[in-house]
Amino acid sequence: MHMADALISPAVGGTMWAVSAGLIGHCSKKVKNEMDDQKIPLMGVMGAFIFAAQMINFTIPVTGSSGHLGGGMILSILLGPHIAFLTMASVLTVQALFFADGGLLALGCNIFNLGFFPCFIAYPLIYKRIAGKNPTRKNILTGALIAAIAGLQMGAFAVVMETVLSGVSELPFRTFLLLMQPIHLAIGTVEGLTTAAVVFFIWRARPEILNAAASSAPIGGISIRSVLTGIAVATLITGGTLSWFASSNPDGLEWAMFKTAGVEELETSHNLHLSLSEVQKKTAFLPDYGFQSDGSELLLNEKENSEEYGGTAATTEAKKHEASSWPSIDSGTSVSGLIGGLLTLTLAVAIGFILRYKKSNV
Amino acid sequence: MANLQNNLFDIFYMDTLASGETWLHRLDPRAKVLTTLIFVGTVVSCGKYEISMLIPFTLYPVAIVALANLPVLYIIKKMTLLMPFAFFIGIFNPIMDRAVILKIDLTDIFVWMDSIGLNNLMGLIDIIGLKGIVGTIDVSGGWISFFSIMMRFCLTVGAALILICTTGFDSVCMALQKFGVPSPFIAQLMFLYRYMFVLIDEASRMVRARALRTFDTGHMKLDLFAPMIGQLLLRTLDRAQRIHLAMCCRGFDGHIHMVRKMDLGMSEILFTIGWFFAFVIFRMYNIPIGLGKFLSEIL
Repeated sequence: MHMADALISPAVGGTMWAVSAGLIGHCSKKVKNEMDDQKIPLMGVMGAFIFAAQMINFTIPVTGSSGHLGGGMILSILLGPHIAFLTMASVLTVQALFFADGGLLALGCNIFNLGFFPCFIAYPLIYKRIAGKNPTRKNILTGALIAAIAGLQMGAFAVVMETVLSGVSELPFRTFLLLMQPIHLAIGTVEGLTTAAVVFFIWRARPEILNAAASSAPIGGISIRSVLTGIAVATLITGGTLSWFASSNPDGLEWAMFKTAGVEELETSHNLHLSLSEVQKKTAFLPDYGFQSDGSELLLNEKENSEEYGGTAATTEAKKHEASSWPSIDSGTSVSGLIGGLLTLTLAVAIGFILRYKKSNV
Repeated sequence: MANLQNNLFDIFYMDTLASGETWLHRLDPRAKVLTTLIFVGTVVSCGKYEISMLIPFTLYPVAIVALANLPVLYIIKKMTLLMPFAFFIGIFNPIMDRAVILKIDLTDIFVWMDSIGLNNLMGLIDIIGLKGIVGTIDVSGGWISFFSIMMRFCLTVGAALILICTTGFDSVCMALQKFGVPSPFIAQLMFLYRYMFVLIDEASRMVRARALRTFDTGHMKLDLFAPMIGQLLLRTLDRAQRIHLAMCCRGFDGHIHMVRKMDLGMSEILFTIGWFFAFVIFRMYNIPIGLGKFLSEIL
């Protein structure tokens, strides 16, 4: 469920960074204000606990595969949503840095998907309603199960949305959704069961821990509204500014036209486009996004042009020679691209060797 | 179990690497964190069909690995272990996107090879009978974007690993604090890191104790798992209380004070700005294509 840098666009990554940073700021302020200073070591050690607990596996009865504790839900139940969110964020940060589990740019997405939904939606709206006041075995089980499943379903949906909006992966929205949601139904069930089992154990062994968590300042209507408003505003501002640079994403209508237009048209449009928008490309912040948007207009013109040619393979050859002033994707350039690429790679590695050699000689 | 210990050793090892004594290790962590973020941002901003443009970016990890004396094989091994995730999402691209957007003309390559006098190689090609295959190789957009995804993955993951291997976690946290990340979150990160080792140790002792007393070689069942984790949790909570008392004894007043000198000198500024401009140039000019064209013209 951790997203990687390779699959997201800067606009999506940046927006989610801003949203998660806002949430961390909000929670930090909240924690600072209500802090009895006992909570500082508690939070840290609980984060370490999640790490350790995730490394203990158990066998899932029917399938025989192994599962482990998730995190977000049990932290919320034991510590309350704000501290749980900060703890989850810290766990994900360490995972991103040490295990490269989810990338640095994708960290914002991951914190939101795995932290926000269980801590601020599933816990207060589902678990607390069912088992908050009256924790019995049945209530804990139903509450944890439904809340964990709901939290993971929302998280999985967010993963799909972020991936599709980024447009790097070709997976269509529906296919990806149909892939993700059932898988996370299973994962959610496992997480719900483990959470319930552990919470039930704690409730029997040391009930005062749960009581303290349940009676800590509840997240009222105003508070959650302000959180949601903050997120909406942050999304609008950052999304707006970033998408001003990245005016359309490659998954849009233009891209569909791009694909249906076929190969020959695409080649030529590329050629012509590159020569025309070279200046624009070199000055834009995210040139390729700009390229997608005005590429579509060129594409339409080109399509007409190429219809005159007939668009067959033979005429493309002729066309290629005609338009060779900027042979960007024809095979000649492909060859030089291959050579240049290999050469650059060799150069980079050679520089590395030289640097190390020089060092060991100094 | 093995997995648990391995992870621990892995983190220990990366920490050892971070305590190296090179010019790069001594560089202010802020410069390295900022440069890494710029690097990831520019790499990810490349279009989804870019492969050639991404190649010059390899200079950054290669140069850092060389300058900081990091073990190359270790970094490559770590990246390979993580690759399956990107692979499974990326592999859908060739299936979904089949429009041909690149044609590699084999005859062109042969002509070029002839022209620069690679006759021996031509002989070899003749022998294996490749020369008979004249025509073009069609490469679909899906395959190009797939390789682009894999390259981005290697670059971004490599950058993150290199950051932690040259800087160390505590220093990264302090850099983040200087960048304005709220102090409760920084304290949280540092606490987590400090006690991660302790608790993983504790967890592995529990798992080992159980493993030594059971005939069941597989994983445990849920009815044993719950009390196990529950026990670990109770011990964790007790530990938190002891830590808090210990901190109070030493004068803890709710604030964590960190003393470590950090100064931004000329080398930090040069490092960050130098790489920044390098990344911008890599991003704006397709260096491999230019180089290749230049070479073919000369030859």
